[in-house]
Amino acid sequence: MLKSKTFVKKTRSGGVMKVVREHYLRDDIWCGSETCTECKQDSPVLQKDVCVESNLCSYPHYLVPDTNVVLHQIDVLENPVIRNVIILQTVLQEVRHRSAPVHKRLKDIIHEKEKHFYTFTNEHHRETFIERQPGESANDRNDRAIRVAVKWYSKHLKTLESGPDGLKVVLLTNDLGNKQKAEENGMVAFKFEEYIKSLLANPELVDLLALSNDDKVTAFTDRNFIHILVLFPEHLPLSRIQVGIKSGSYLQGTFRASRDNYLEATVFVQGDGEDSTEVLIQGLQNLNRAVHQDVVAVQLLPRNQWLAPSSVVLQDDGVAKDDDVEEDEEEKVLSAAEAARKPTGKVVGIIKRNWRPFCGMLNVSQIKESTRHLFTPADRRVPRIRIETRQASTLAGQRIMVAIDGWPKNSRYPNGHFVRSLGGAGEKETEQEVLLLEHDVPHQAFSQAVLSFLPKMPWAITPEDMAKREDLRHLTVCSVDPPGCTDIDDALHCRELENGNFEVGVHIADVSHFIRPGNALDKEAANRGTTVYLCGKRIDMVPELLSSNLCSLRSNVERLAFSCIWEINHKAEILKTRFTKSVINSKASLTYAEAQMRIDDTNKTDDITQSLRGLNKLAKILKRQRIENGALTLSSLEVRFHMDSETHDPIDLQTKELMETNSMVEEFMLLANISVAQKIYDEFSECALLRKHPAPPPSNYDVLIKAAKSKNVEIHVDSAKALADSLDGAKVESFSYFNTLLRILATRCMMQAVYFCSGMDSDFHHYGLASPIYTHFTSPIRRYSDIIVHRLLAVAIGADSTYPDLMDKHKQSALCNNLNYRHKMAQYAQRASVTFHTQLFFKSRGMLNEEGFVLFVRKNAIIVLIPKFGLEGTVFFDTKDKVSPSLVYDEEGPTLKVEQHTFHIFDRVKVTIGLDDSNIQHQKIRMALTEPSKPTDGLNMKINTTAREKVL
Amino acid sequence: MAGIELLSDQGYRLDGRKATELRKVQARLGVFAQADGSAYLEQGNTKVLAVVYGPHEMRGSRSRTLHDRAVINCQYSMATFSTAERKRRPHGDRKSTEMSLHLKQTFEAAVMTQLFPRSQIDIYVKILQSDGGNYSVCVNAATLAVIDAGIPMRDYVCACTVGFVDETPLADLCYAEESGGVSSLALALLPRGGQIALVQMDARLHQDHLEALIEAATTACKGVSKVLDEVVRQHLQEASVLTGE
Repeated sequence: MLKSKTFVKKTRSGGVMKVVREHYLRDDIWCGSETCTECKQDSPVLQKDVCVESNLCSYPHYLVPDTNVVLHQIDVLENPVIRNVIILQTVLQEVRHRSAPVHKRLKDIIHEKEKHFYTFTNEHHRETFIERQPGESANDRNDRAIRVAVKWYSKHLKTLESGPDGLKVVLLTNDLGNKQKAEENGMVAFKFEEYIKSLLANPELVDLLALSNDDKVTAFTDRNFIHILVLFPEHLPLSRIQVGIKSGSYLQGTFRASRDNYLEATVFVQGDGEDSTEVLIQGLQNLNRAVHQDVVAVQLLPRNQWLAPSSVVLQDDGVAKDDDVEEDEEEKVLSAAEAARKPTGKVVGIIKRNWRPFCGMLNVSQIKESTRHLFTPADRRVPRIRIETRQASTLAGQRIMVAIDGWPKNSRYPNGHFVRSLGGAGEKETEQEVLLLEHDVPHQAFSQAVLSFLPKMPWAITPEDMAKREDLRHLTVCSVDPPGCTDIDDALHCRELENGNFEVGVHIADVSHFIRPGNALDKEAANRGTTVYLCGKRIDMVPELLSSNLCSLRSNVERLAFSCIWEINHKAEILKTRFTKSVINSKASLTYAEAQMRIDDTNKTDDITQSLRGLNKLAKILKRQRIENGALTLSSLEVRFHMDSETHDPIDLQTKELMETNSMVEEFMLLANISVAQKIYDEFSECALLRKHPAPPPSNYDVLIKAAKSKNVEIHVDSAKALADSLDGAKVESFSYFNTLLRILATRCMMQAVYFCSGMDSDFHHYGLASPIYTHFTSPIRRYSDIIVHRLLAVAIGADSTYPDLMDKHKQSALCNNLNYRHKMAQYAQRASVTFHTQLFFKSRGMLNEEGFVLFVRKNAIIVLIPKFGLEGTVFFDTKDKVSPSLVYDEEGPTLKVEQHTFHIFDRVKVTIGLDDSNIQHQKIRMALTEPSKPTDGLNMKINTTAREKVL
Repeated sequence: MAGIELLSDQGYRLDGRKATELRKVQARLGVFAQADGSAYLEQGNTKVLAVVYGPHEMRGSRSRTLHDRAVINCQYSMATFSTAERKRRPHGDRKSTEMSLHLKQTFEAAVMTQLFPRSQIDIYVKILQSDGGNYSVCVNAATLAVIDAGIPMRDYVCACTVGFVDETPLADLCYAEESGGVSSLALALLPRGGQIALVQMDARLHQDHLEALIEAATTACKGVSKVLDEVVRQHLQEASVLTGE
């Protein structure tokens, strides 16, 4: 290994500080090409035979993109067709400064072996380093550095005798000046577009191209160049925005477009502490090209121009008139009542764009040959995007993804480019993909970097592992899970001790043994936060090798576990608790039903059954104690689809049934979680990761109390215990479903349980479980929080070492925020998936008549629950264009009187259910009332003819 | 901007070195005639002058006299122009007092003080330009100065600063790396016997990594000792040519 030969000083002055840094130049940086015999590299990245069919360069060649190409065309670079690319260090550094997401994507590509991307450290290479010349800008210097590197490569490859007929290096740049200079120096340089278009075999790449700046102007203005309309006011530069925000003349906030009215939005301005305000923005000009979720600067309008939010539903339907501005849509300002007026403002500048690729569908242009089309995103809050594509006919009817490139001030719509197709609209795969993307669920395949941290197969428990762990293989451990479960993260055992007490053990998969803190695998899991279960599909948090194999506590294999073992007497009092890392060998993986059968079958007396009976007995006592302490038993209907084994289409829908064994497993999991929470909090009072469930504010219960009152039942909500007791007592003669309905309502009153770091909060109480402290320990395969808890516990019992981030309460708090966000989105995605499958189910079923109950009464609608399907829907009584029937809403009841009939909460009704697929992007379940027979004939007609009903 | 990347995926550091490589070391012995021993040492951009007086009679308070060995007196200072911002540093600020103390401890372990009872050895080091690893560079320069003064030592004392980034120990940190939030450790070593004269670390580091870090520091110190040895031999050769031997 050669040491540095020469060195030069690099002076970078920024501000007033003069920084002097050494800069070593080396002669041991290799070119990375397989053909090269000069360089002493061990594993060259760039291939010998490069075969890309291009009509521009018929010879084999490597590509060198410049910074702007990487920044703007990363979508193309990610395509598997593009291989054998040299990424210069100069480019990598510039990309890193300019865009973190692109840098991350680029790094991922570089890690991918099949892509053959090579990073050439040109800045430290003796022959390719250049100094900045006087008067040369940093950008020019970097461009020159890129050219010098390309030059070096072409020379270097030319000197190789072994080189096949002229392996060349091609510079890809969109900078005309750069290209010209490169060509003057005898290099091969192309514009990126030119090059991509020359790839004969892969015309689809052309659509991935983002529009570069000079194109944008020509592409979209050539038709009407006579009047280059300036539609929007100029955005202010960031410097002026910052001054304005400081002086208070502008406000900074998050832009939230309205779902119903594309000309309206609110900007959510976070004030100091609690006080945050919302600023209303109305009109295209005032919205000024802001897109949902952008961070914008707004200026308040004078008070006399303040407006009230309009209640009109406006959808942007301008299909044919893409480029024209419609004067009439400008403002339909309603002279609103003085009181309803809200602070109103206009967007003066964008602080940060929050663009992501959007899912949606293409509106094919009416001109047949046109290559410009509008794209309608699935999210109504996102404006339509104009894209250019030649495959419009193929893409019509497909769900596609589009990224926004920019929004010039003379364009009615933002310009974007096609990223990829997700598949046919309405197809199961496609819709699943869409809902994952729209809920921001990371679901890409795990990258090579992540997979590299997996244990090598065949894996076996090593003697070192064995020595550090307790050997519990002799215990009769078994697991009880839902049918078809492959990620088994918990197993149980129970045996009678000589002193007559029970020893109960909960064994949890030791995931933290495989996922070490800080590596790519850990980071990926922390980012994913949770495994997402959709109908018929699972998006794993950790790679399958771990989730379904090495960590999964399957039967009759030796697995590493983290065990929590209690000594419990016959009154289910805990006498002793201990935690240990262990090795177990599960004797059986049972389903809930199988376990139940074993318990009930009096003939069976084997060890497993005995153990299950012991557990079951203790669980019942534990549950009774818990309920006596005031834990709530809530109810929500969960449905389960019976899938056709061939097509995976839902063929039947069933609400989930709960068995005794469900509650048995749950009871011990709760017990383990509570024991662990107490242990880690005792040990780490500042940085324990716990879970709390705040008590809801009393006003949340109003609906519940009112509803119960209508059936002469009184509900006390002073404490969890009071609530639990009054729910237990709530029964109405001849209405057996009443109690369940009431519990469903109570569930809706609850707050969301959240993770938090004990050092950052003082309220630990878990309201629903009536436990003073709680955490998640029992499912490390599918929740990242549990991994952290495992690590904390391992440190607490001295089984593992700690690391700085684990003890940093701020970092941990940030992690909690991400986990809470991911859990919420995962829940939404799960619900969306159920909704979609319900739709599929009804699509194959046609119309159905079902009985249901009124769950809520609203001003213009009732919400109906169909217990059979766990389906909930709204029946509207007013419609957009028809005269509504007379509606009288009484808030006290609450009741709604429609013509002659009055609806109360809990009323039994009959509805027809069917699928409304008039809008293919937003299919929904439509519900219409059949009994009590139509308040008016007119109403029924409306329900059948218009599609104003119901969403699940 | 998203901070600076201290170690790139390709394994290069900010200044183009690999993780285990030292900066360029250049040194000269006998730069001043009036002192008993002196040396000038550059390690990358850190430049240090070290001067040794003694062994001589105790000066100042005689009460400090040790009857079985020599007293070592160290003084560390930084030139006002040694950093990017000019700063007046009066003697005796906390940082330099601490540094002086560390140097003293280091050299008490290396110099054979028992040969000079009731006397004193003064070591003065001045940082002319600072670019990370101040302590280590001072130790290296002072070693050369002590050798130049002809004071017997058990071995060269070589020092190196190492840091821990991305699970990799980096040898001989420069200022940008030191200030980039790296847990750094300074180690002074008597390379031949492998005895440690001083280890110093203020940052937090997990115990598991300590061994790897010390290992890296030891290797780096041995590297430094090779360079110093070369410098001394070179100097000796030149001197013997001059005296005509």
